Amino acid sequence: MKSEEKNLAIVLVVGKDQTGIVAQVSDFLWKENINIEDINQKIMQGVFVMTMLVDMADARSDVGVVGPKLEKLGAEIGLSIQIQHHKIFEVMHRV
Amino acid sequence: MPQTISLEEVYETYRMTEKEHFDIRAVTLGINLLPSVSDDFATLCRRTEKKILATARQFVKRAEKIQSYYGIPIINRRITITPAAVVLAGALTGAAEQDRDRCIVFAQLLDRCAGKVGVDFLGGYGGFCEKGMTYADQTVMDAIPAALGETEKVCGFFSLASSKAGINMRAVAKVGGIIRDLAMNSDKAIGAAKFVVFANPVSDNPFMAGGYHGLQEADNIINVGISGPGVLRRVVAGLPRDLALDEVAEAIKKTAFKITRAGELIGQELARSLGVCFGSIDVSLAPTTAVGDSVGRILEAMGLERVGTHGSTAALALLTDAVKKGGMMASSHVGGLSGAFIPVSEDVGLAEAVKAGTLGIDKLEAMTTVCSVGLDMIAVPGDTKTTTISAIIADELAIGVMNNKTTAVRLIPVPGKKAGDYVSWGGLLGNAYIMPLHEESSDYFIWRKGQLPAPVTSFRN
Repeated sequence: MKSEEKNLAIVLVVGKDQTGIVAQVSDFLWKENINIEDINQKIMQGVFVMTMLVDMADARSDVGVVGPKLEKLGAEIGLSIQIQHHKIFEVMHRV
Repeated sequence: MPQTISLEEVYETYRMTEKEHFDIRAVTLGINLLPSVSDDFATLCRRTEKKILATARQFVKRAEKIQSYYGIPIINRRITITPAAVVLAGALTGAAEQDRDRCIVFAQLLDRCAGKVGVDFLGGYGGFCEKGMTYADQTVMDAIPAALGETEKVCGFFSLASSKAGINMRAVAKVGGIIRDLAMNSDKAIGAAKFVVFANPVSDNPFMAGGYHGLQEADNIINVGISGPGVLRRVVAGLPRDLALDEVAEAIKKTAFKITRAGELIGQELARSLGVCFGSIDVSLAPTTAVGDSVGRILEAMGLERVGTHGSTAALALLTDAVKKGGMMASSHVGGLSGAFIPVSEDVGLAEAVKAGTLGIDKLEAMTTVCSVGLDMIAVPGDTKTTTISAIIADELAIGVMNNKTTAVRLIPVPGKKAGDYVSWGGLLGNAYIMPLHEESSDYFIWRKGQLPAPVTSFRN
């Protein structure tokens, strides 16, 4: 059953552009039962930067647990991958 | 769909947490112990234990849950209580020896409670005597060397001065000996690191050792101390070297705004999950021994070769004020001490400056006129006279009293050590080089005791 209320987080991927980034991260998120709401990507100063807005309402665990797993995945494919709760961004960057 | 957050903003926040030690420095649960008061000491102890355990049982677990939910580390979890002298007063009988023992037993009880609920420290073992000392104040103060020296987690404070009352010089004279005895009564004088004396203390301070749950607060509250100086050091270090100081202040304000917002979010959530009131957020920059997490280094990043040199007071004034401004824009619940701490042994930049001889006690005292607390975590020679300790305290409290600000003193006279020697406590408390002090005596001034009168508040020139 889907939860009514969303629990949004942002995944940040930084590193060298290569094939299969979206596929591998999406695959991981799918296995964690995390839904992707939006994807944004761009080359900033020659660095590949991608953010994913994800909904963790039905996720198997929370940011504190998923975070280290994503970092590990990132290390395997040579990228830096982080996740943080959306509310943190909202309070920090909006007056 | 929520408001869109830009890639740049995500990247900035990521850098803060991953590279610059952005965290929540302390969450502190304030507990009102007045309902536990009894004229029977055993009843008081039983009620106190029950109250602390019942209120704080879920505290550490909930804090961990929120930390995991938001992915932001919460470094310290503390408890503050109603000042012990107030709580104990009714249970003292007038037999000095027995009463002193009761105060010590009470501290041991608090220590056990803190251990059971899993907090790092429990603060509030002290009282207020800006103008006069009650019997309970005197007894608790006399018990401090044993109570704090022989417990692990209990922290103590005494308020000895205020802008309304002036300075209680009798208490100042007494406390010099108490600090010496406390230092002697613990390994490497570490007990003295758990005791602070104040002028104009604040009732909602989440930081130790000076935190207590004030009488003007609600029954139980959550106070939060924001992140350390690492984030700001990076910001300041990243600015162009020729950027005007008003622009530097602007950059500091913006960063302080962001970290205050995140701190308040965590505090509000924690308070809600525990079913208690949110008290306040303290926007103080509290250094740690982690590399880069240093207020001294921020001042150096502004353009000083080494902190302690000329210009340090001005740079610290800019920093303290900009942090307050950014924090107050971010939250309507800014409280506590809110500014910048300069605890010498806990701040790598300051400790190095003492070693190099750039930062002396006199310059530190000058810097405390614009920081948010005072002479903090300063190791002094073990043979320092108690009257000299009292005189240093009197100087610092006078700064607070005359300028309507909080000031505090936390000195650590380390037995067997001389000026320039090195002492290492490890962990949060850091390492220090013993600070040289003036050799000339202040004996007769301190022996006068009495009350240093409250200042006039007009003619402020």
